[in-house]
Amino acid sequence: MKLYRDLTIRQKQIAWAWAFLAIPVLFYGIIRFYPTGNAILISFQDWNLLGARTWTGLENYEKLFADPVFWKVFRNTFVYLLLGTPISLVISFVIAYHLDKTRFLHGFLRMLYFLPFMTSAVAMAWVWRWFYQPVPIGLFNNFLASLGIAQINFLNSTTNALPSILAPAVWAGLGFQIIIFMAGLRAIPRSYYEAARIDGVSSWTVLWEITLPLLKPTIVFIVVFSSIGFLRIFDHVYNMTTQNPGGPLNSTKPLVLMIYETAFSSFDMGYAAAQTVVLFLILLAVSLLQLRILRDR
Amino acid sequence: MAAIDDTRIKPSSEVLLKSGPSRPPRNMGQVLRFLLLFAGGILMVMPIAFMISTSLKWPHEVYNLNFIPEEPTLENYTYVLEDGRFYWWFLNSIIIAVITTVCSVFFDSLVGYTLCKFRFPGRYLVFIAILSTLMIPTEMLVIPWYLMSQQFGWLDTYWGIMFPGLMTAFGTFLMKQFFETVPDDFIEAARIDGLNELQIWWTVAMPLVRPALAALAIFVFLGNWTAFIWPLIVTNSVEMYTLPVGLSSFGDEADVAWELIMTGAAISTIPTLIVFLIFQRFIIRGVVMAGLKG
Repeated sequence: MKLYRDLTIRQKQIAWAWAFLAIPVLFYGIIRFYPTGNAILISFQDWNLLGARTWTGLENYEKLFADPVFWKVFRNTFVYLLLGTPISLVISFVIAYHLDKTRFLHGFLRMLYFLPFMTSAVAMAWVWRWFYQPVPIGLFNNFLASLGIAQINFLNSTTNALPSILAPAVWAGLGFQIIIFMAGLRAIPRSYYEAARIDGVSSWTVLWEITLPLLKPTIVFIVVFSSIGFLRIFDHVYNMTTQNPGGPLNSTKPLVLMIYETAFSSFDMGYAAAQTVVLFLILLAVSLLQLRILRDR
Repeated sequence: MAAIDDTRIKPSSEVLLKSGPSRPPRNMGQVLRFLLLFAGGILMVMPIAFMISTSLKWPHEVYNLNFIPEEPTLENYTYVLEDGRFYWWFLNSIIIAVITTVCSVFFDSLVGYTLCKFRFPGRYLVFIAILSTLMIPTEMLVIPWYLMSQQFGWLDTYWGIMFPGLMTAFGTFLMKQFFETVPDDFIEAARIDGLNELQIWWTVAMPLVRPALAALAIFVFLGNWTAFIWPLIVTNSVEMYTLPVGLSSFGDEADVAWELIMTGAAISTIPTLIVFLIFQRFIIRGVVMAGLKG
């Protein structure tokens, strides 16, 4: 205690700061940085969890880039991204734009749109999976049948399965994006709109010349945030294709599911670690690219 | 103090969400806009509504298109709960989500406060280091976490499920932003009054960022309640599953009726829906705060 009293005010501050940070610094070191390094390390090794860890250099990466399944999965992952991000961006903007102009029951409408965000992806994946079942079980096909329209094979078709799985993922994220868009719309100063009205500008021009350019920070945020989400899609795919994960014929398998299977079904830890490093690099590249493109213009 | 806090935090949340009084639409365009938005909103909640409605149906009615059950029954809930597993999974999920939320709100705000209000060597380094972990996807860490858990006997334990989420970089960053709104004068005044730094943080600074704490708590709770991939990896006995993992394995069993799966899905969704309906305005404000500041 005497030691503490002898410190200057500034030294006391430093002591307190490090006392506060001691446990968190340990945590980040042991639970975040050490595993990151370890993942990179393992990616250069061959290890099936039981035997010895042997160095193999770049072998895991060479195997990965020669693996046709990886390229299939790589393509699927980007299809999730390239379909999911623009679709959810456009839908959420259109809804937010009109919801922002609606005064009647505004709070109630907002609640309806936001509700799906509060659900669990696993629970909703099972609900949608039920919707997609063939007649006489699935809701969608029953509805189509009642209209006299031919059934759609949602989850067992190599072409339809991926969009069918993407739909609930887009649906679950819309509420969040709508709320963020509405906050962005509110942040635009009213005076801009008033000036445009005095000048007699059409509302279409106002949208393209005032609203959208001023919303750019919001758009950047939503694009980056939702892209990362689609690149890491897993819960929906896993739960909607449990009998044949990522199927049919790997047509819906995203990278995270491939990682999960390589590590925890085949126990090929080195190969799985190499896949996680590739995922990390993809996420990094996509976020940096988007920030660059959308910030500069 | 509370008054100052309110004016400082309001511009980011209250003003942005104020919608003005509800006015009936005045012309055809507005009526059309309202009707379309209303129809869209109904479509949005349809999956949730059908999940709940189906969980209340008798088996013979499940595949009908009618939304309102002819004879609503709680039979499915009785059946699923009597099975016993959902009790465990629900309990596990609650325990895990509550402990992780309390822990991460505590540490995230402590670290955020320290990085915001203290000047000390290494401050910038710690800040950048924590911020940089935001770039590392969880999927990259699950393999090393699994190996650690295996080595230390954490597999299939609560601690094993919880340890990766005890602190979050996102929350630290969010809280740091919010502590910027706490005037340094308050802290200085408390210091002159003879409070130590821990007391200043807990009794002076923390009450001033209560809205941010609540926003963070909601995010962390929801994240842990719905977390899937890590609990799936780290648990292997049925009693240790969380709700999402349990529901996933339950749905995958052969010959499980769809109305029972819908009941399980409803059990894991209804708690967060109730929380949302009670704290609606508050949660939406929190999402905006977290989204814009984070």
